[in-house]
Amino acid sequence: MSSFHNLQELRHSASLANKVFIQRDYSEGTTCRFQTKFPSELESRIERTLFEDTVKTLNNFYAEAEKIGGQSYLEGCLACATAYLIFLCMETRYEKVLKKIAKYIQEQNEKIYAPRGLLITDPIERGMRVIEISIYEDRGSSGSSSGSSSVSDSTAR
Amino acid sequence: MKSREYQQIDPQALPTPVRTPPHDHPQAGGGDGRKEPRRTPRRKWEVFPGKNRFFCDGRIMMARQSGVFPLTLGLILVTSGLFFIFDCPFLVKHLTGCIPAIGGVLFVFVLVTLLQTSFTDPGILPRATPEEAVDVERQIDDTGNTSYRPPPRTKEVLINQQVIKLKYCFTCKMFRPPRTSHCSLCDNCVERFDHHCPWVGNCVGKRNYRFFYTFIVSLSFLTAFIFGCVTTHLALRAQGGKGLVFALKESPGSAVELAICFFSVWSILGLSGFHTYLVASNLTTNEDIKGSWSGKSGEGVTNPYSHKNIFINCCSVLCAPMPPSLIDRRGLVPAEESAQTSGMDTERPKLNNKSEMNVVGGSLHLVFDVQESCSDFSLLLNQTKTVPLPARSLVACYSPNTVSVCFPVSECCVKVTPLCAVFQLLSKVCIDHAFYWVWLVVFYGVHQAQLLVCLHQAYIMEGNCLSFNKSTEITVFHCSFV
Repeated sequence: MSSFHNLQELRHSASLANKVFIQRDYSEGTTCRFQTKFPSELESRIERTLFEDTVKTLNNFYAEAEKIGGQSYLEGCLACATAYLIFLCMETRYEKVLKKIAKYIQEQNEKIYAPRGLLITDPIERGMRVIEISIYEDRGSSGSSSGSSSVSDSTAR
Repeated sequence: MKSREYQQIDPQALPTPVRTPPHDHPQAGGGDGRKEPRRTPRRKWEVFPGKNRFFCDGRIMMARQSGVFPLTLGLILVTSGLFFIFDCPFLVKHLTGCIPAIGGVLFVFVLVTLLQTSFTDPGILPRATPEEAVDVERQIDDTGNTSYRPPPRTKEVLINQQVIKLKYCFTCKMFRPPRTSHCSLCDNCVERFDHHCPWVGNCVGKRNYRFFYTFIVSLSFLTAFIFGCVTTHLALRAQGGKGLVFALKESPGSAVELAICFFSVWSILGLSGFHTYLVASNLTTNEDIKGSWSGKSGEGVTNPYSHKNIFINCCSVLCAPMPPSLIDRRGLVPAEESAQTSGMDTERPKLNNKSEMNVVGGSLHLVFDVQESCSDFSLLLNQTKTVPLPARSLVACYSPNTVSVCFPVSECCVKVTPLCAVFQLLSKVCIDHAFYWVWLVVFYGVHQAQLLVCLHQAYIMEGNCLSFNKSTEITVFHCSFV
């Protein structure tokens, strides 16, 4: 398995082998959380702790974005008093956190995932349904079945 | 590998996925293989699959059926206009100047929140990409189900120690998150779906519920206020024995206002009261109507989303941070997409000039000009091995639920779920034909996939292996199984 040195190299010299989807975890209600269960397809590609750290950090970001507390009450009341016109002018707290998340994912991709031939797609681009992790194989190698043999086994549930 | 006559189609040259009117559903496999010229990148709202209308280049959206929204707007404008023209001058002179001020503030509130309710994305969930749908299908299928009955369409999750069933949405190809419902009028899954309101011409969901609530509350205040003012106005005019008829003749607009307000104030007040109850108990209209948490279906069923405190419930519904719109209306549709990551439901198949595709009734007739022998290709049956699609494969979608893939015969890379079904079906459809070739190799869902089957005489099945030599003409039958 070859290693890729940066994202550009990944995109140009690798071909997409497979995609893994991390589903939402609804055990705490409708707030945005993703399952931290380590998918078996990534077992050979990345360490479990790194993956879990990424997902946990993302979950924390989303929890921060959706937190209901003193500040959000004030913002809500202020918005109501202005007939919600304030949403047209101001960037909401959620949007600010989403920007932070995008930066974090970019950073994780560059430092950790791309060197291992993986790429995380920001969940906002998938409607917050899943975290999509693309697994790339080096085009030079003929391992068209290496990334896939583990997929058909009954797994990620 | 010997050379072949048919041209392999480079997926990079496939036309940008387009879908001209957002609510069209192209026929399965329809049309000729016209090549579409490369266009300027389109915005995502132009290719949005739901039944919505977009204005101002995607900034404003509504349901396609605007319902009685013009009527609502008209009634509010007319009543308020009449109020300011006929009643305010009199009342300012005889009572106080605050009246038009209060009326003005309420009117602005009502109008602004109405427009925001109607024009905001209610919390639409974008449809699942094909890879996600396939992944979900695989997870359902992994129960080892080899019969072809529909797999279970619900999934259970535990929320706050309560079992909630998540339903699978066939249109959007995903398991709906809790409290999400698919609106048939808008053809979208909407988060925290409350109801589809014809008066505002849009669904009411997670993102615009606070606007809707503010709208009906301020509208009930406005209606009650106007009603009170008009009554006072007419009473004042009718004083001194002049009579009501005289008062009405002097101020005819008041009669109209009186009628409108009288008939609407009760229902609007009722609606406000009902929604206040829903907000305080963190329920949606949908759940209340279905009685999801009223304990009808079982004991100990309580609303798992409620915070058990009226104040906190109200705050979490009305004052929570505003969630972002997930459908990214103004984003650009990515122009270069590899064939397998195309997120579109349908795509015109692009063909070279040696082959053509047309639909005749229920069958699809494909003509290829393959001259050389391709005997080294073989496909093992009863195997659910998943391999990636080769880079140079033509992907053509015939219907929203199926994708057909034509792969170059030098590569045995194909997903064959569940190929055994194909042969069972084939034996029903074409009994005399011992030779056939499977064309469709990617399914979206076993339970509602449409299967395209190719028949040709040059292909031989031996035992469990399928290999083909050459073909000139291929006939495809359109079959479906549930």
